[in-house]
Amino acid sequence: MTSHMTSSVRNSKMATHLSCGRVNLNILREAMRMELREFLDKCAGSKAIVWDEYLTGPFGLIAQYSLLKEHEVEKMFTLKSGPLPSSDVKNIIFFVRPRLELMDIIADNIQREERGRFPQRDFYILFVPRRSILCEQRLKDLGVLGSFMHRDEYRLNLIPFDGDLLSMESENAFKECYLENDQTSLYQAAKGLTTLQSLYGTIPQICGKGECARHVANMMIRMKRELGGSQNQITPVFDTLLLLDRNVDLLTPLATQLTYEGLIDEVYGIQNSHVKLPPEKFAPKKQGEGGKDLPTEPKKLLLNSAEELYAEIRDKNFNAVGSVLSKKAKIISAAFEGRHNAKTVGEIKQFVSQLPHMQAEKASLANHTSIAELIKEITTSEAFFDNLTVEQEFMSGFDTDKVNPYIEDCIAKKDPIIKILRLVCLQSVCNTGLKQKVLDYYKREILQTYGYEHILTLHNLEKAGLLKLQASSRNSYPTIRKTLRLWMDDVNEQNPNDISYVYSGYAPLSVRLAQILVRPGWRSIEEVLKILPGPQFEERQSLPPGLLKKRQQGENKVILVFFLGGVTFAEIAALRFLSQMEDGGTEYIIATTKLISGTTWIKSLMEKLEPPPF
Amino acid sequence: MSRTKGDEEDYWHSSKFKAFAFDDDDDDELSQLKESKRAVNSLRAIVDEDDDGETVNWSGEPVGSISWSIKETASNARASAETRNFAPHKSRTEASSSVFPKPGSSHSLSSLFRGWSQTESRQSLSDALLDTNSKIFAPELRRPRSENQDYSGDWSVEETIRRMQRGKICPLERFRTLKEKLHLLDEAVKLHDGNVITAVLIFLKKTLNSDVLFKELELRQVALRHFIHFLREMSEQQLLMDLLRYLERTEELALCKYREHLNIAGADERRDFLKSKCLSLPFSPEDSAHVQDHYTLLERQIIVEANDKHLEATGQEQMFRKHPRKASLLFMPLVTTLFYACIYHYTEGEGTFSSPTNLRKTFKIPEKLYILTALAARAKLRAWHDVDALFTTKNWLGYTKKRAPVGFHRVVEILHKNNAPVEILQEYVRLVEDTESRISLGTKYKCHDVVIDTYRDLKDRQQLMVYRCKVERSSPEEIKIDNILSNMQIRWKN
Repeated sequence: MTSHMTSSVRNSKMATHLSCGRVNLNILREAMRMELREFLDKCAGSKAIVWDEYLTGPFGLIAQYSLLKEHEVEKMFTLKSGPLPSSDVKNIIFFVRPRLELMDIIADNIQREERGRFPQRDFYILFVPRRSILCEQRLKDLGVLGSFMHRDEYRLNLIPFDGDLLSMESENAFKECYLENDQTSLYQAAKGLTTLQSLYGTIPQICGKGECARHVANMMIRMKRELGGSQNQITPVFDTLLLLDRNVDLLTPLATQLTYEGLIDEVYGIQNSHVKLPPEKFAPKKQGEGGKDLPTEPKKLLLNSAEELYAEIRDKNFNAVGSVLSKKAKIISAAFEGRHNAKTVGEIKQFVSQLPHMQAEKASLANHTSIAELIKEITTSEAFFDNLTVEQEFMSGFDTDKVNPYIEDCIAKKDPIIKILRLVCLQSVCNTGLKQKVLDYYKREILQTYGYEHILTLHNLEKAGLLKLQASSRNSYPTIRKTLRLWMDDVNEQNPNDISYVYSGYAPLSVRLAQILVRPGWRSIEEVLKILPGPQFEERQSLPPGLLKKRQQGENKVILVFFLGGVTFAEIAALRFLSQMEDGGTEYIIATTKLISGTTWIKSLMEKLEPPPF
Repeated sequence: MSRTKGDEEDYWHSSKFKAFAFDDDDDDELSQLKESKRAVNSLRAIVDEDDDGETVNWSGEPVGSISWSIKETASNARASAETRNFAPHKSRTEASSSVFPKPGSSHSLSSLFRGWSQTESRQSLSDALLDTNSKIFAPELRRPRSENQDYSGDWSVEETIRRMQRGKICPLERFRTLKEKLHLLDEAVKLHDGNVITAVLIFLKKTLNSDVLFKELELRQVALRHFIHFLREMSEQQLLMDLLRYLERTEELALCKYREHLNIAGADERRDFLKSKCLSLPFSPEDSAHVQDHYTLLERQIIVEANDKHLEATGQEQMFRKHPRKASLLFMPLVTTLFYACIYHYTEGEGTFSSPTNLRKTFKIPEKLYILTALAARAKLRAWHDVDALFTTKNWLGYTKKRAPVGFHRVVEILHKNNAPVEILQEYVRLVEDTESRISLGTKYKCHDVVIDTYRDLKDRQQLMVYRCKVERSSPEEIKIDNILSNMQIRWKN
């Protein structure tokens, strides 16, 4: 990377976790902040922001309230029907996703405001990530389009989550791409990639597998062409872009993730790098309080690599986390003991100067010990063990062709429907579809137990290819499994030597594809690539002479892997593991349309059913 | 864990799966966690300070985060609206905005790049270039300054589409011929921008006869998909159905119509809708049967609900007095309905709509599912006699025999969940065929008699002696064990 990039970022307040990796994603964050400032300054005077609530999480990763305040944002509200809360500001700005239902609410807000007693305000609207003609049309139909001083878009296409992780956080991307064949999110992906290229240089090589991947590559290349003559003069940071369709690997997200971060996501759900945890374990144990003020609201924690301890354990198999925590505890204890040895004023001064850091470390250790305890309760339960056993049976190709008694049992116990759907889909994927008899049996049991209206959800799953009828009598999964070595019998959870540690035996198919692409190359697995859906391709983008990278000896290649349709934390962990391999020679940066777990993924495919009365 | 060690070992031996092996280092792990917990706790005594480095309020939001600030400023707004005292708040923000230098509004991405070169020594080639023409470095991010100026100039089809892509509302009305309109659509599709495609589709929908539109869309699959998505989004149900019919996508059409029932809140209306609009839809044979069942179920729920509501209100029926209904039966799944029937209408003959037997027959509920549901319901009411009857079969000689299609270990589990007393549990633990799991269940649920008898039958003296240490001193169980151990008739295997 060129030197001016790294050094210049020191000049502004930075999110340190973004700049620790090989590619400094702070550049992207800073660009996004700059654009935000620019917009805010277009509305001169005091302002209030009305937020589409979904956006507050992703925005929080870009800017804190202080930035907004510097630009005269005095009030912030959540978007909802009815009158706007009263406030003494000149401008009212709506920050919204381009969704029709939100336009109706905005129109309601504005109409009430204009009828009201207040002096006239100036209204603005900022669409994230882009303006929508459909929405503006709706505003026009509702008679409020003229009320806006200015309409704009904030192209928050790729949000930096961590030093090596970008996400579009587009919740319905998978459904739109693979169920409805709507390519809007793919267009956003191509836009996001174009922005990346403008900041980090043209990516010389683009590889991919899948229909959507092909599509995004085409759009990217076309967008670049349309920009015409002006050549990008930045030395490329990325060597290769690998675009992968989620439906090339439908299996991986269905399995339970077994890394620390993956399990936190499976059990509590991580949203925009935050997790909400049951408060009991985090209650302050101070003397004299006698437990009377037990907090009832969930404890919310920020999870990213800025926290040293978290960065160390997030990608480990959960079984390897305990020992790290206990080692850390010993080190910290020893450090605090150090105060007894501090005799001279100088020594005491030095001890005191280290205290803040030690206290932060201690707090971090306390939090993760508590989380690990919470997770441990789950992973040691019989239910978890049984579930995992069945998953592993399926993934290793055992008894996938008949009705599974455990799944039957879970239905009879009325376990959550998402758990059932995950297991049935996993079985279907590992058997390249289910026999008619088996499929009908599961469907019937599910409908009788959870309600007939789930016919709609089952159809969605079939359309996405997660649940299907075995087309021919040949099951191609064993071929894929063997060729790509998806099932590893000897897995080392403590000191892994293969990516299969992230699922305690199963190596995520998607990551294997990335690994094989680097070495020995996809040519070695042509037969399997033919079985997997969608085209595979490789494109080269020309660079201006002189920018062709002369790689230093021992310098690693950088590959940007873009998962279209979502990626799990376990897959991210597997890629990070590959980045860290000593002889790997490659570092991976990960981008996706959405960070998913099996649960959130299946949920996005379910029909929105009204909540049951009890 | 109730899964016996033996079971597990069998499992690992029979199929060589790598477990997510907790067992091997289980204690170790737990103790490690405890250890770090202890360390953490002991440290609290040493340093007395706030827990987190970062300021976090108790709802968990870091102070200063956006969602935190929304709450903060919103409550400020309310407070100040009441007291009408804006002054202090306002002066504070003014002060703060003077403290932070406001970046000039000329800031853009390119100025970001320019900003760097000022602080850097200008030695590298790229820096030198930066100064001469900063735009080069972020060409893709340039944005036209003149926005929202809608000229109604004579743009060509291509120009119109490009302008629309840049977010401008362009009048499309001047394109009058079908050829021009389709040209617009094709250009939009070429851009792959869903936004523009949809905008053109809205225009076409407004100005074209739907037959013509459908015919042209059929030839343009990408546009067609966007159109379907758009109609769904806008809930233009009728047009969507017409389109699906035109395309002869019958199954999709059926599902689309069926989906509508979810928007009908009233039970009667929903039933009527299912009957008149859905039963005849072109579903696959399997789905057709499911939809028929859906209708039949709702029809019955409505009858039973009305009836039971009345019974409950009049207070005549003892069952409803003792166990008041928690919620309406309407819209519940079949199995929940069966459970309900097993609670309130268990003894009714097959003739009534509410009887479990009738439900079972009508909906062809599999035996296992039926037994499990009935068991759970009767156990909940502690009707042990009914539970017994569920598993009793008579053979042709008139002998009774106990049989559970779900396996007695499941029966025991369900009974335990419903707090069945040990005497009852014991009966069923005894019926578990596999001796290993019988012992483990007996041990887990403290059915000492069963465990002791099983060891006796296995002639396992050693295990019996081990078990003796687990029961209470001089309890009847201990006496029983002692009696057996001293029985000279038994030929112990060890």
